[in-house]
Amino acid sequence: MKFEKPAEMNPIDRMKVVGQPIRRIDGELKVSGQAKYAYEWHDPAGRYAYGYPVGSAIAKGHILAIDSEAAQRAPGVLKVVTTLDVGDREKGKFNTAKLFGGSEIQHYHQAVAVVVAETFEQARDAAALLKIEYAEEAGSFSLKEAKSSAVKPKDAGGSEPDTSVGDFTGAFRSAEVTLDEEYSTPDQSHSMMEPHASLAAWDGDELTLWTSSQMIDWWRGDLATTLGIDKEKITLMSPFIGGGFGGKLFLRADAVLAAFAAKAIGRPVKVALPRPLMANNTTHRPATIQRIRIGASKDGKISAIGHESWSGDLAGGQPEAAVMQTRLLYAGKNRMTAMRLATLNLAEGNAMRAPGEAPGLMALEIAMDEMAEKLGMDPVAFRKLNDTQMDPENPERPFTQRNLNGCLDLGAERFGWKNRGKPRSRTEGNMLIGMGVAAAFRNNLLLPSAARVRLDQSGTLTVETDMTDIGTGSYTIIAQTAAEMLGLPINRVAVHLGDSRFPVSAGSGGQFGANCSTSGVYAACVKLREAIAAKLGFNSADAVFEDGQVRLGNRAVPLADAVGTEGLTGEDGVEWGDLSETHQQSTFGAHFVEVGVDRFTGETRIRRMLAVCAAGRILNPVTARSQVIGAMTMGVGGALTEELAVDERRGFFVNHDLAGYEVPVHADIPHQEVIFMEEADPYSSPMKAKGVGELGLCGVSAAIANAIYNATGVRLRHYPLTLDKMLHQLPDVA
Amino acid sequence: MKAFTYERATSVEQAASMAASNPDARFIAGGTNLLDLMKLQIETPLYLIDINHVGLDKIEPTDDGGLRIGAMVRNTALAADERVRRDYSVLSRALVAGASGQLRNKATTAGNLLQRTRCPYFYDTNQPCNKRQPGSGCSAIGGFSRQHAVVGTSEACIATHPSDMAIAMRALDAKVETVKGDGTRRTIPIADFHRLPGDTPHIETNLERGEFITAVNLPAPIGGKHVYRKVRDRASYAFALVSVAAVVQPDGTGRFAIGGVAHKPWRVDAADARLKAGAREAARAALADARPTEQNRYKLDLVERTLGAALAEAKG
Ligand SMILES: Cc1cc2nc3c(=O)[nH]c(=O)nc-3n(C[C@H](O)[C@H](O)[C@H](O)COP(=O)(O)OP(=O)(O)OC[C@H]3O[C@@H](n4cnc5c(N)ncnc54)[C@H](O)[C@@H]3O)c2cc1C
Ligand code: SF4
Repeated sequence: MKFEKPAEMNPIDRMKVVGQPIRRIDGELKVSGQAKYAYEWHDPAGRYAYGYPVGSAIAKGHILAIDSEAAQRAPGVLKVVTTLDVGDREKGKFNTAKLFGGSEIQHYHQAVAVVVAETFEQARDAAALLKIEYAEEAGSFSLKEAKSSAVKPKDAGGSEPDTSVGDFTGAFRSAEVTLDEEYSTPDQSHSMMEPHASLAAWDGDELTLWTSSQMIDWWRGDLATTLGIDKEKITLMSPFIGGGFGGKLFLRADAVLAAFAAKAIGRPVKVALPRPLMANNTTHRPATIQRIRIGASKDGKISAIGHESWSGDLAGGQPEAAVMQTRLLYAGKNRMTAMRLATLNLAEGNAMRAPGEAPGLMALEIAMDEMAEKLGMDPVAFRKLNDTQMDPENPERPFTQRNLNGCLDLGAERFGWKNRGKPRSRTEGNMLIGMGVAAAFRNNLLLPSAARVRLDQSGTLTVETDMTDIGTGSYTIIAQTAAEMLGLPINRVAVHLGDSRFPVSAGSGGQFGANCSTSGVYAACVKLREAIAAKLGFNSADAVFEDGQVRLGNRAVPLADAVGTEGLTGEDGVEWGDLSETHQQSTFGAHFVEVGVDRFTGETRIRRMLAVCAAGRILNPVTARSQVIGAMTMGVGGALTEELAVDERRGFFVNHDLAGYEVPVHADIPHQEVIFMEEADPYSSPMKAKGVGELGLCGVSAAIANAIYNATGVRLRHYPLTLDKMLHQLPDVA
Repeated sequence: MKAFTYERATSVEQAASMAASNPDARFIAGGTNLLDLMKLQIETPLYLIDINHVGLDKIEPTDDGGLRIGAMVRNTALAADERVRRDYSVLSRALVAGASGQLRNKATTAGNLLQRTRCPYFYDTNQPCNKRQPGSGCSAIGGFSRQHAVVGTSEACIATHPSDMAIAMRALDAKVETVKGDGTRRTIPIADFHRLPGDTPHIETNLERGEFITAVNLPAPIGGKHVYRKVRDRASYAFALVSVAAVVQPDGTGRFAIGGVAHKPWRVDAADARLKAGAREAARAALADARPTEQNRYKLDLVERTLGAALAEAKG
């Protein structure tokens, strides 16, 4: 099905199942321990062995030799497979860093060997016995130092690195009120609950891999490339995933190591990345340095807006696209954006939840707050005044829907925004109290997505697609979609995901998963409806699927009877026309936060948070809400604690475990509220939905920074907003 | 984790003599610190003596009006004890500010005193660390040192002692009771229990090899207002950047110990003497010899402000 024209009325609009607050259909499996995650598969043919990965002890250079004799002799050890053993390997398409193979070391904790033994403990023990001789080379590890050597990248995630409209320089120079500030965001780690893990089992030249992947087809292709085998020889399964946040978008070392190790010993092998390896072995959200310039007239109209961002990555990598939202979020005739990329020898920088927009808004939305203050305007009013219904870089091109102002208004009302006072004007006990606001913005992305649906004689509808559920609720919304399309109750629908034998889906990422994968299921269901109608001799356009029956006029046939003993199958996918080029499709929101800052110690504690989201049709308010509150929580971590600390001498992230890399705990998140605006966007898909999973993160951290300013009068521009950065500016207490 | 022998001791005497005859032995109490270190091969004992069955799990009054806390009393039980909450509430407060409910259910009084540093380089076996591998160097000096010690440091190590409980015990002048392998018993004032790093950061206490902690004694209650103020980046489940355990008398005199600043609970008599003059004077006296790094210089200011918060709280 090609989606080329805005959607008209369709069976989804009935909203009998879609849009209902239905609890996760896989919830019971999860809470009862029945949902098998990658490391928990126990039933491949033959007994499996354990592989323990070894990470490089240097950041850059070469391996001269690996002495694995002692390890090989250790109790229980079956085999040591080293990066030298497997030799140079072709890198997969989606990775910047090599995962395994050859002598070159590109970053710290790069996989250099896997030790395979009968038990996990034996493998781990023996891993410590490897003697590796390195030739270390000097590297570049500081973004600040590398900034001046940064270059204009060829590609910035499929878009131009630089844009320019009107005369930014002139307009900025002549603006009545201006702001020109530098901001920075640190390297961040996905830190999802489930570490990367794989179980590989070979049958002759065919490989079955149980793993934890957001994108089945991407992984399968890249694994085939790395192993040097045909993609068709690989079956990849990832039905349950304990979080990903972008950290499982691309093939990872655990899968490669497990495959090589299993081949080497002729038995299935399990490999999980130990938590302390994850930060440096995998990918992370790269740090940015950003410069923002805004010029406005005294009445608050933006005349010039400029956003530049510097980030670093391994050679061949990509910039963190932190300026993207600035191209679209606010009006202003004269504009410029630019991204520059430095070469760093840290681990690969790559997508983490809301890549680009999350760090970009962390800076932009502080700048907007600062600007509002310079203008003497309320920050809500200032944002509303500079709203635009057209793509500001292409003024002919409208947004399909854009209700940022509605989100700001409703949020302000619900949050009690009018009670916000001047900076440092409100105290409760030792706490300085403040409120902050920020706009949320994230584009709606469209990827092709296919599915197969089958209705059997018992009246059960089975959906198969390689779509993944990374904790987001895919199982549930896909079941809702299929149920709605066929007029069945949700308990008649079985959903199977994450298996490369199923039709290729959009996968989970970029908040595109929900809208795209359900659209693919929609397409397959259309096919199935046609097949059923054809079998009954109905005109499919007029047939009504409702209450477990298909009806035409006064003739009604129970679906189970209609498909007969053979059952019927529908298979199709959605492909996208040019509606995302003729129109700008985005999601919007407003975040409101109240914080307390201890006037003695500078500790910031969140008191309450509110998000108002305008993100198209909400397919399921329960799962959507949990996406948004999870994202808000991540925004609290990003604002207050999360930073991969770089050792710029040795070139690695030092705090590489969950004791050192502090994500929020329950006590940090006392109260969250989420409101979804009533919307349905016919331009986005037949589902009329968009994504919310990343929108919920966008802007949160800046709202916290702004609330800290309102509480303390201290303006912080460098994340994380820890107490050591503001202590000297807090009121004297001694 | 290296393969090891595991045996259970059922009495204090047995535990001590088992340790005496096995130079590679370690006691295992709650295991919440030791097991983590063993998994990473930072600790590699060949012989584990499980002391969870030796008793020592009671809190009893002493003849001089204090309390004797058995070495195996769990952190949760100690924090909840009525006498502790009434007469030594700084200790109760320090305990519940540490770790998590689950960990405190396992963690013991002795194990808590002996927990090892949280310096991230100590945990990464690729990196030089004098504490883990004497003579290899200190990676934290000149590296990521935001959490590290500012006072009592050496060229060899700038790690902190991470315990909350020990800071309160230092303020209370607790005493550690031990028994050695040969059966001799002694009492070590907590001030002399932990060591500064000096040239031997791998030696963290003045316990002898195989010496077994049997109890911690608290002297008779000293009254006053008890405050424990722990400062950290997130609201719970994080080690202190800085903490202050203070006992303040109605006349403004008192005593305080500081956590997160040194290789041991930090308390300076001269600083106690200045407490009445206010947080600034007292903090400066306590940290007179501080040698912070660029990244942890903020702790000097933070100690002063945290002490200020503690004194304000004490005043009510
Ligand atoms: C995630 C996490 C967070 C934490 N957060 C905090 C925190 O915020 N604040 C805090 O203070 N602590 C914190 N801790 C540390 C915790 O308090 C310690 O792990 C615990 O107190 C250790 O007690 P244990 O009984 O488990 O010791 P074990 O791990 O059993 O032993 C520790 C050491 O003590 C020795 N030992 C034990 N008993 C005796 C004895 N009777 N005689 C001689 N030697 C003995 C052992 O041989 C070993 O070397 C945290 C720990 C974790 C894992
Ligand atoms: S501070 Fe101490 S524990 Fe940390 S690296 Fe230096 S020597 Fe090791």
